[in-house]
Amino acid sequence: MSSKAQALAATRTEARLSWEAKTNAEVYVTVGMGTCGLAAGASDTLEAIQKELAARGLRADIGQVGCVGMCSYEPMVELQARGRDRVNFGQVMTEAVPEIFASYFDGEPLKESVIVGRALPTITRRNGHALHSLSFFTPESDEKIAFHRKQLRIVLSNCGLIDPESIDDYLALGGYEALEMVLSGMTPEEVIKEVTDSGLRGRGGAGFPTGVKWGFARKTQSWPKYVICNADEGDPGAFMDRSVLEGDPHSVIEGMIIAAYAIGARYGYIYCRAEYPLAIRRLNIALEQARSLGLLGEKVLGSDFDFDLQVKEGAGAFVCGEETALMNSIQGERGQPWPRPPYPAVSGLWGQPSNVNNVKSYAYTPRIIRMGAEWFKALGTEGSPGTAVFALTGMVNRTGLIEVPMGITLREIIYDIGGGIASGRDFKAVQTGGPLGGCLPEKHLDTPVDFDSLVAAGSVMGSGGMIVADETTCMVEFAKYFMQFVCDESCGKCPPCRIGSTRMLEVLERITEGEGHLSDLDEIRRMANGMESGSLCALGQLAPSPVMSTLLHFEDEYKAHIEGECCPAGSCRALISYEIDANLCTGCMVCARNCPANAITGEKREPHVIDTELCERCGLCKDLCKFDAIIVS
Amino acid sequence: MVTTSNDAVDLSLMDPVLERYREQKGSLIPILQRAQGIYGYLPQEVLRKVADELDTALSKVYGVATFYSQFYLERRGRHVLRLCDGTACHVKGTPRLMSAVADEYGIEPGGTTQDGELTLEVVYCLGSCALAPVAVLDGHVMARMRREKLLGKLKDQLESKTDLPVRESE
Repeated sequence: MSSKAQALAATRTEARLSWEAKTNAEVYVTVGMGTCGLAAGASDTLEAIQKELAARGLRADIGQVGCVGMCSYEPMVELQARGRDRVNFGQVMTEAVPEIFASYFDGEPLKESVIVGRALPTITRRNGHALHSLSFFTPESDEKIAFHRKQLRIVLSNCGLIDPESIDDYLALGGYEALEMVLSGMTPEEVIKEVTDSGLRGRGGAGFPTGVKWGFARKTQSWPKYVICNADEGDPGAFMDRSVLEGDPHSVIEGMIIAAYAIGARYGYIYCRAEYPLAIRRLNIALEQARSLGLLGEKVLGSDFDFDLQVKEGAGAFVCGEETALMNSIQGERGQPWPRPPYPAVSGLWGQPSNVNNVKSYAYTPRIIRMGAEWFKALGTEGSPGTAVFALTGMVNRTGLIEVPMGITLREIIYDIGGGIASGRDFKAVQTGGPLGGCLPEKHLDTPVDFDSLVAAGSVMGSGGMIVADETTCMVEFAKYFMQFVCDESCGKCPPCRIGSTRMLEVLERITEGEGHLSDLDEIRRMANGMESGSLCALGQLAPSPVMSTLLHFEDEYKAHIEGECCPAGSCRALISYEIDANLCTGCMVCARNCPANAITGEKREPHVIDTELCERCGLCKDLCKFDAIIVS
Repeated sequence: MVTTSNDAVDLSLMDPVLERYREQKGSLIPILQRAQGIYGYLPQEVLRKVADELDTALSKVYGVATFYSQFYLERRGRHVLRLCDGTACHVKGTPRLMSAVADEYGIEPGGTTQDGELTLEVVYCLGSCALAPVAVLDGHVMARMRREKLLGKLKDQLESKTDLPVRESE
């Protein structure tokens, strides 16, 4: 064993001891410090916890952890006294800090915050290795809480469990064991075979088999080669990669080192979007830690394999999520795609063989090596092994980041995990795959979630955004929104994408303003055809998908805008009017006082009236009315 | 093309940046990012200097600077409000927040108030979708925004004349 490998083994032994000590401290407290937690006020909560601990005279170990995925409960805090259950509290704003301690230690009731569940560490063992994760059980019984019952956490297993800024935590739970296995006893071909056998498909959205991709890059006889991590998660409504980078950055780095060994690369880049400053900071901390332990640099762990990598910060361009545009951006150029073939495995960054994978694809790799290809392949479905990570958002009761076995249905995700539609409204559509994906209506809710079934139903897996729309969402407006996005983000290289998106947006705007014609629908289909066949990259090819899928499933809604000049969802400003229900109006005057157009009049305690000529249809009165007296028609 | 700035720009501040990156392949974007960190935007003189020093056409530097949405060729307001219009925020009401700010301060997305106090930006997805709609005021992330709450925070911040502490997440 080399001295570097010995040093790592010693560090791991130490790390395990301190992990044991920390998690069995007199009091162990963790605070979720991902971007969501921080936005909700986690740093103030942490300060208040320190004060409360001092006030109670408790000696505690406090850990910052990544996101456990239950974003609607942020800020989240876990308390554990030695020998007792670890309890997860949600919505712990600073004022609520004393009460969670009173609840945990003295059994007092909660007013501001809630008990999310008991957080129990779960360990899965295979081949002498272990996968640690957290499971959440209800306070009363041994049943998992609804949000977690159908989840299976593999790539997110460390998120919320370990301190992402501590390499010791990562090492204590089996981190870098896969790299040790690879460097001490596997040939590059064996690594590629193991990943191929696991059936892992690229989690960036396209679902290309990861091991096969590595094999192509290995075969190309040209050096240097590069490994690149695509962390340019630009889809609106998607934050899976951010959570992995913020909550478990070492797993991505370990996966990249293994990939580099497999294909024969000596240098790598993590291309991360600039909108994720916390992810970038934590990645850089992790890289420093890995270097100091000899996991990066010359002679990794004393082997004759050299590898280092750096973070490249994006500069704000959605198209850079496309791999060739991304490589152009690393080269310091405008992020415009180039034609494929040749594929990056043959000619990529600076014309050299390059392997580009998504954040999650790399993060799965160490787990697959450790636990074995067979273990991974047995999860999920035959064609799409493993799990899928979704950012479940929109009009569901429980939003958050979820990881589910492939093959679960959309209905199970939306109703069992997401808790159904908020405010008792009706489900209308679920959008997967972001601006390049599709919308699926009620009748497709029993579609199993895997790469192939979603495509067959008319949508795509995409990178993992899942947005639920209810009856108040206008599907034409929804489609227009995505087209506006493409219009802004088209890099401008291919005219069908650049001009097509602008023209299609104009047509959609016309329809939402009640100026559309029935012939516009054929016009949209014709333009979509041109964009799909005439664009170089996925951005242009798939840009019409949200429009086409809403047109396929909600053509009536388009026609209502055109023929009936009405917006059935009550959302398009030009096609709706606001009225006051005289029976429900109490004459509280809140709407009249706040109307920016002064369009509402009426005496106190008498029903009010909206002047439709003056009304600008901003909807403020509807938001403010406590008596549901504002009617949209 | 590039707007000329009124004040003299101290170009010597760029020397250490160029020194550090000159020999690195593909370093134009990091150089522009550092430059923007120094000046708050990319003044014309800086773009010229970068092009000269890297021995690159000004058109290429300008092309890159205008391609990426993170780069600004004009001075921005003292306070910056970014409204997220990612899908989740969009369905949860960002368009209404946008029109509220437009009505109150007379600025459209991308614009700065006449007095140079406030810039309004609309961004696609800050990745905090479960807390939609999200606004970021001077680097301080604010979750679950409502019209009144946002206008109140904005008023406080503009009047306070002090900057909110920049949060860890920025």
